[in-house]
Amino acid sequence: MILLNTIVQGILLGGLYALFAAGLSLVFGVMRLVNLAHGDLIVLAAFLILSITTSLGLNPFAAVLIAAPIMFAAGWLLQAHVLNRVLDDDLLPPLLVTFGLSVVIQNALLEGFSADSQKLAAGPIEAASLSFGPLTVGVVPLMTLATAIAVIFALNQIFYRTALGRAFRATSDDAVTAGLMGIHAKRVFCIATGIAMVVATIAALYLGTRANFDPSIGPARLLYAFQAVIIGGLGSLWGTLIGGIVIGLAQTLGAAVNPEWQILSGHLAFAAILLIRPRGLFPRAND
Amino acid sequence: MTDPTPLLRTQRLTAFYGDFQALFGVDLTLNQGETVAIIGANGAGKTTLMRAISGIVPAPADAIRLRGEPIGALSPPDVLMRGIAMVPEGRKLFPSLSVEENLLVGAHARRGKGTWTLEAIYELFPILKERRRSPGTALSGGQQQMVAIGRALMSNPDVLLCDEISLGLAPLVIRDIYAAVPKIKAAGASIVLVEQDIAQALRVADQVYCMMEGRVTLQGAPAELSREAIHDAYFGVTS
Repeated sequence: MILLNTIVQGILLGGLYALFAAGLSLVFGVMRLVNLAHGDLIVLAAFLILSITTSLGLNPFAAVLIAAPIMFAAGWLLQAHVLNRVLDDDLLPPLLVTFGLSVVIQNALLEGFSADSQKLAAGPIEAASLSFGPLTVGVVPLMTLATAIAVIFALNQIFYRTALGRAFRATSDDAVTAGLMGIHAKRVFCIATGIAMVVATIAALYLGTRANFDPSIGPARLLYAFQAVIIGGLGSLWGTLIGGIVIGLAQTLGAAVNPEWQILSGHLAFAAILLIRPRGLFPRAND
Repeated sequence: MTDPTPLLRTQRLTAFYGDFQALFGVDLTLNQGETVAIIGANGAGKTTLMRAISGIVPAPADAIRLRGEPIGALSPPDVLMRGIAMVPEGRKLFPSLSVEENLLVGAHARRGKGTWTLEAIYELFPILKERRRSPGTALSGGQQQMVAIGRALMSNPDVLLCDEISLGLAPLVIRDIYAAVPKIKAAGASIVLVEQDIAQALRVADQVYCMMEGRVTLQGAPAELSREAIHDAYFGVTS
């Protein structure tokens, strides 16, 4: 029964990692950009939600409705004025620019909010739980997984059911030919990064209500997100959800054996899957 | 000619790939309702000319005019919005998209109402309706070419640029594809065709341009051009 409980907790934790990873997966899928600042952008969104809750006295779940459009705009501007300028056939410049951005965000947050740990106070829901027979499951972790599934479902609908999604996929396949169809690749990239920042804001909401955060934790979130994307297979959104769950499960099972093994177990699971399936569990056929 | 402004005209058009000059002052005129064929050997600059008109290769702004308006400096999406669509060399279907999605993406920047809808494309090329759920790149070469043509038509263009639509296809398939040309013309599009197959070009074109080394070496209506003149212009023989 302890094992079952551990597995359930692991799957629920995987929902959080999938939320970290979904935006990364989206941006990589559309423009082949590896955003090394993604973790820090999530932490930035968490501080934005925190600022809204403290200044307006809102619940974080309400504050996210204000933070999400702000982050969409920030993502659009970041893409239009910084990332679009360095996206080219050469992978290195965007990698360096996002690495620099990561350092800038961390230091700016440190300057603005200090190194103190913060938490988003969501009220009684934080401690609420549901009982399923012998299992007791926290409401917030359950909501995290449900949100991750909803976000990935929504992103898939956008990708495969809308004109915007067709433009995403066409641009990803061949930006020059997409231009001949009237698609402005750079505008499409701005929308994609904007959406990724909305997803990052949702991830930040759960990051901040489940645990403490401070300006330095971004790179570790990026690492989990990366592992989830790569385990799932680059460009597959449902694969990213499974990848997040694999990392969450491995960490929780490792921690159950010995709390010191939590992070290591996640990395070991990642290494093991890379050895068996180097292209991830659900690779896109045409990459 | 009653209308002094042709639909599409290039004047002294030059184009470069880096330091390499690919076009040296190309003059081309496409009148409303006409089909112009461009023939020439590999490396003559035919594809570069298409890429310059469609905005992929930069050109001087007023070297390319559509109804008198300079369009040389526009980006490919803006050229499309003005009414010039291209069927690119090598078909260039989107592998992540199904046949139908490839067609729909062609309507991304659809300009008002026009003849060309999904249904109209399926009527033009019925085989595509059967294969509409397949990935675009799972089709035969001829079918892929039909998708590429349909995709370009979906924007309801005034000018259709076709780059080597018969390349690598069997004669029977080429015949099927060229059977669509009169229907496309009848629907109101004027056409610029790049074609290696000289006989095919002479059959469909109102005007033929022969290019060599980035220059137009011969121009005229098919009936006016002798085999010898075409041969000389194509191979660069000077008499």
